[in-house]
Amino acid sequence: MNIINFLDDFTTSNLLEGKTSRRDIFGTLGNLGKKAAIAAVPFGLATMPKKTFAQSMDADPVGALQLALTLEYLEDEFYDLALQSGVLPTGRPETVYMQISQHEQAHVDFLIAGLEGAGVTPVSKPTFDFTAGGAFDPFNENGVGQETAYAQLLALAQAFEDTGVRAYKGQAGNLLGSPFLTAALQIHSVEARHASEIRRLRGLKGWITNNERGAGMPEATQAVYNGEENVMQGGLDVTTLGSGDAFGMAASTEAYDEPISGDAAVSIASLFIVEE
Amino acid sequence: MKKEIIKVHQPKPAKNRRQFLKLGGLAIAGTGLLMACNNDDDQGSMMPPEGGVFDLGEGDLGVLNYAYALEQLEADFYTKVVNSFYANISDVERQVLTDLYYHEVNHRDFFKTAITAAVEGNVDLVLPTLEFDYGNLDFGNRDQVLATARTLEDTGVAAYNGAGRLISNPDYLVLAGKIVSVEARHASAIRTLINPGSADFAGDDVVTVDTGLDLALDPSDILAAVADTGFVKTEFTANSLP
Repeated sequence: MNIINFLDDFTTSNLLEGKTSRRDIFGTLGNLGKKAAIAAVPFGLATMPKKTFAQSMDADPVGALQLALTLEYLEDEFYDLALQSGVLPTGRPETVYMQISQHEQAHVDFLIAGLEGAGVTPVSKPTFDFTAGGAFDPFNENGVGQETAYAQLLALAQAFEDTGVRAYKGQAGNLLGSPFLTAALQIHSVEARHASEIRRLRGLKGWITNNERGAGMPEATQAVYNGEENVMQGGLDVTTLGSGDAFGMAASTEAYDEPISGDAAVSIASLFIVEE
Repeated sequence: MKKEIIKVHQPKPAKNRRQFLKLGGLAIAGTGLLMACNNDDDQGSMMPPEGGVFDLGEGDLGVLNYAYALEQLEADFYTKVVNSFYANISDVERQVLTDLYYHEVNHRDFFKTAITAAVEGNVDLVLPTLEFDYGNLDFGNRDQVLATARTLEDTGVAAYNGAGRLISNPDYLVLAGKIVSVEARHASAIRTLINPGSADFAGDDVVTVDTGLDLALDPSDILAAVADTGFVKTEFTANSLP
């Protein structure tokens, strides 16, 4: 299966129905009540035929860009809906979301133009469900209330931005030697600027300590942070390079962001993509 | 029109580069040496030994030494910041600047060890420890410290973004990626400390509005701007990097 067909399929139900359908997952969770469901939304649990994905995605610059576009579609729509929801307080939150929204829209346009310029049909935009099957209510559409909705808006934004940083990094190797590498890096660092601001807006540090998702983040988002505790860089354990706090676990993990694989990124995104 | 957007080289107007890399509004008297050009010994600075000017090298080694130079500057700057915090510093600012100090020291020592290992201990190929002088920069002045931090972090982001395409080894590319996003997180935080509640964390001065792309600059542009600050006293060249 070529990468384009693969990603087209990824936007439909085919792949998600490989073993357990997403509806089944959330149907099960529905019995636990909303609060429990929020804590248990299985980021990373979406079932994917990983072998197919790996064969299709790896070492393929086009696949890397199609994945990037899918993630940008998700972010772009999320921020658009957030701004329309009336949930965001005016002032800093609205200013921040507006700036990020502008960038995500630009990234979508940019990636589409780049793919088309390379003679490739861009993957189509999936249908998104930011409630993740009813686990969240970030736009206060189902009456969760402004305060909770706002907290979820921030938590989802943090998860999406930190995921984006890791996903772009994970595709860098696939873009090595490609004319798209520099542009991808330029998007990657913008996602990191966003991530830092959203985290700080939530009262966290702008950087990731160990594999901590941070206060107030649903346990479901832990997949976004697993692996960030790595201290082996280029074969060196950076905690052994010197003494003092600069080489403690906290600083040594904060100082390096870690990549995630394409299928890990897809697993996270898939929770917000509707089967059609 | 759209098809032209993605290019290897960032088509950023030269005027913007200079604006971005300048220490906006600060009168910092640069007495530093030009890195690739003539010597400047009117301050009595130490001359390098005859023929002893270090060249960063070519290929991946050159990029690693280049990154090491930038990390040395950042680490040295934040060391001075945390050793004499400006008066009445807020808790948040103290925490941010302390973390940046930790991270940059970690990066610096990582590059020293990694490059030394990569050249199998041939220390002649490893950029030596650089000397720095901040001239009239007042470390007791919050505005000057934060503005300098912003410039260093934004410069780091642009430098790593521009250097990615010069790297051949995919492991080094991922390493650069692991570090550049942390530099971008730093830049974002510093920018918000300077202008709270604004869109400056990813401001239009660094992220092109039409494309949503951050800056990416070649080593020659970055090193020229760094030389202009006058902070780096130790001469070195980058003859094999674009």
